[in-house]
Amino acid sequence: MSSTVFDYFTNIRNAFTSIFHGLAVTFSYLFRKPTTIQYPDRIDTPVQQMLPPLFRGILEVDVGLCIGCNLCEKTCPLGCLRTAVVRDPETNQRYITRFDVDISKCMVCGLCSENCPTGAVRHSTEFEASTANMVNLVIRYVKPGERIPVHKPVKGEESPGLPQNEPIARAHKEWDEPPPVDPDQVRGRVRWKNDGAPEEEQSS
Amino acid sequence: MKELFFELSQSWQLEPLEMTGAIALWLVVVSAIVLSFVATFAGVTSWVERRVAGRMMSRIGPNRVGPQGFLQWMADGLKCFLKEDVIPNEVDKPLFRFAPYLVFTGTFAAFAALPFGYGIVAADLNIGIFYVTAITALVVIGILMAGWSSNNKWSLLGGVRSAAQIVSYEIPSGLAILSVVVLAGTLNLQAIIAGQGGFPWDWYIFNNPFTLMAFFIFFASILAEGNRTPFDLPEAESELVAGYLTEYSGMRFVFFFFGEWANLWVMSALITTLFLGGWQIPGVADLAGVVAGVQGAAKTLWILLSVVVFFAKTLVLVFVVIWIRWTLPRLRVDQLMVMCWKYFVPFGFLCMMGSALFVLIAQSPLGETVHLVVRLALTGLGGLVLLLFVRRTILNVRELQDPFYFKVLE
Repeated sequence: MSSTVFDYFTNIRNAFTSIFHGLAVTFSYLFRKPTTIQYPDRIDTPVQQMLPPLFRGILEVDVGLCIGCNLCEKTCPLGCLRTAVVRDPETNQRYITRFDVDISKCMVCGLCSENCPTGAVRHSTEFEASTANMVNLVIRYVKPGERIPVHKPVKGEESPGLPQNEPIARAHKEWDEPPPVDPDQVRGRVRWKNDGAPEEEQSS
Repeated sequence: MKELFFELSQSWQLEPLEMTGAIALWLVVVSAIVLSFVATFAGVTSWVERRVAGRMMSRIGPNRVGPQGFLQWMADGLKCFLKEDVIPNEVDKPLFRFAPYLVFTGTFAAFAALPFGYGIVAADLNIGIFYVTAITALVVIGILMAGWSSNNKWSLLGGVRSAAQIVSYEIPSGLAILSVVVLAGTLNLQAIIAGQGGFPWDWYIFNNPFTLMAFFIFFASILAEGNRTPFDLPEAESELVAGYLTEYSGMRFVFFFFGEWANLWVMSALITTLFLGGWQIPGVADLAGVVAGVQGAAKTLWILLSVVVFFAKTLVLVFVVIWIRWTLPRLRVDQLMVMCWKYFVPFGFLCMMGSALFVLIAQSPLGETVHLVVRLALTGLGGLVLLLFVRRTILNVRELQDPFYFKVLE
């Protein structure tokens, strides 16, 4: 019985002390800087600089480093890369005529950039790719009609690769521009026919 | 307000019939003034509460609509006003429609008797505090009505919980009020304030140990009556979705919240009136005499000063109530009832008897001196607790190991 009476008054004391301490804790938080990052418009440093070092964003390609091995296209689980290499029969020089990345399909798994022997394919720190038209999300790193000679690595020399955190994809980021090409010409894109059945367009 | 009206009406020299019309018009004007005050207060407080809550959680809170997000409450109100007023098929429609107004009326009617400053009161009732306790109990009918008519298990549970809670906590809050009424010898809110002084040791909270106890009982009980955290069981999100509010939307939903935030003022103003000296200006012993002695602008200034003092005390209490909401976790139902019946009710009786006894002691030959010593000692105790609190807060800030950062607006 005595312990019950003791408990009764202990409860009262505990109520007062715990409320006292609790109020002091919450009040002290009024003197602390809020941790909120007011993305996107009220931030001190650009969001690209706040990202972790291994952040995987939109794929960026330095076509000048591409050796035309086609590994990225083969390894991509979703088929969001398309490359084409032609050989000039006279000079035996190989040219890259196509390097498209459909970032609306890309799931940023990183397999292509891991397999790229020269570091031509890389993840940038760009990620803000919202657009009104999904066709805009196809980035063509080789303009139609352009022919870029493949890179020839010098034996024993380390490939320079792309400088970190210097996105070249930004140059291609014109999301809200009208579609760069006729959408029907974009290969590998699933288009919905009128009867509702998805149909994969065949590569030409 | 009444005196002002009669002064004005005498200068107009009205016929008896015109007088009736003038009184009716005056009532409309006064209620419109009070209503606009309540609406503004409820809206602005909802913004303040969200900002304070944000900072206490290391967030910022709404800061986009208008300067510092100040217009957030208008945007929210407008949004709710434009939303569809959904009334589900299976509800008891007349009761469902009527319940929000009853809740709102219960809170709003209390403003009729609440003082805002010296002589600034819509209706200076001689049973003021009794009227306020009685009329705020109307809220429970509205909440029960909303819970029952919604035809929803969460609403019903919320409504029943609310009824049980409010009815239970009426008792300790009534006892705590009585211990002040015993000292003041009146139920009139203005007279209760007039019985106190400007300095803390003249306030009823530090009048004797029993009123200090009654202050805590009253504070907790009135939080429970207003369904504020830590007693917001009727709307406990984790178990009851939103309690009696579950089926409501649009403007009817706003009416409930309007009542809730208006109630914040009611509870803070009541505590200020009963325990914290109301509009008494420190250093002015007899405000009634001072006001009666001057005329014109000086009189208005004195009354304005009393209003400022009253508002300052009340707004600090509003902050404390908000602060408690974001500090303490919600109680369990049985804990709530145990707290009321096992702790508050017995101690409430003790407070009432104790302060009655203290009135007798103060009237005895040596009583005056004893009373003064007790009052000063209790004020000292209050100051000591405040100092300890400041020390504790500073220690906590240091423990956070962040640079000291104080910016009210972000």
